[in-house]
Amino acid sequence: MAIVSGIVVYEPSMRKLKFGTYRRDRLRVVRWLDVHNLTGIVLVMWMLVVGFTGVINTWAELVIKVWQFGQLAEMTAQYKDKSLPANPGSIESAVQVAIRAEPAMKPAFVAFPGTIFSSKSHYAVFMRGNTPLTAKLLKPALSDAETGVMTDSRELPWYVATLLISQPLHFGDYGGMPLKIIWAILDIITIAVLITGLYLWLRRKSGLSVERVVVDASAADHRPVYTS
Amino acid sequence: MKPMPIHRRQTTTQIFAVPLLLAILSIVGLVSALVGDGAWDGLSWIALGIPIVLCGYFLLKRS
Repeated sequence: MAIVSGIVVYEPSMRKLKFGTYRRDRLRVVRWLDVHNLTGIVLVMWMLVVGFTGVINTWAELVIKVWQFGQLAEMTAQYKDKSLPANPGSIESAVQVAIRAEPAMKPAFVAFPGTIFSSKSHYAVFMRGNTPLTAKLLKPALSDAETGVMTDSRELPWYVATLLISQPLHFGDYGGMPLKIIWAILDIITIAVLITGLYLWLRRKSGLSVERVVVDASAADHRPVYTS
Repeated sequence: MKPMPIHRRQTTTQIFAVPLLLAILSIVGLVSALVGDGAWDGLSWIALGIPIVLCGYFLLKRS
């Protein structure tokens, strides 16, 4: 919301200014307005993406619950009244079965019977792809923990896929160390946008709005200059 | 010389031309590192680094 309103007020505010204007010899309000406008508009898309994917991430628990009671329940319907296996079989063989079913993918993790990512009767081997994108998009292969037979394997539904894609885009942990450093700098600049924005807003509330200062100052600029 | 404000009013298109370009660049940077490693990561670093360089350039330049 704040970002969108910032874009809206960017337009009138920049009518008479070139992109990237920084009036360093003006009062602090004007300087901070320029810093706010410049850093804000330059980072706007990044902030929107990180903000929006952050919102999606807050729904993580809900999304997993929906999957658990939706697709996972469907995939394990015929097992729903069973109790935990008395003699669970080998995890290694469950992993091997999953790899045979999806030779192009690698196992990411195995959920044990009775945990939130599996049923009470299955090993859920979550397979991942090889690119950074497909590595996030998991595909569970469910194997009966007692017999070792793979009973089902499906792509995760779109809402889980959306969550899994949102996580790297929010945290920035997907492009090596340089991307993490860039992410940190972008975070710091975002904080600067917030602080300057807050300052300008408080200043406006106290009646010393930046518009006032800018108008006064440009009136001063336009005074006729006499040279001798 | 100080950065001169333009006294001619700009159109909306003029105001948002550079920001739009930077927005597209950001999307390229955000997505490219997801698509692959190596060169894709490098593209992402450049695309997301440019906004930072621009902030530094405009705020630090002695005009």
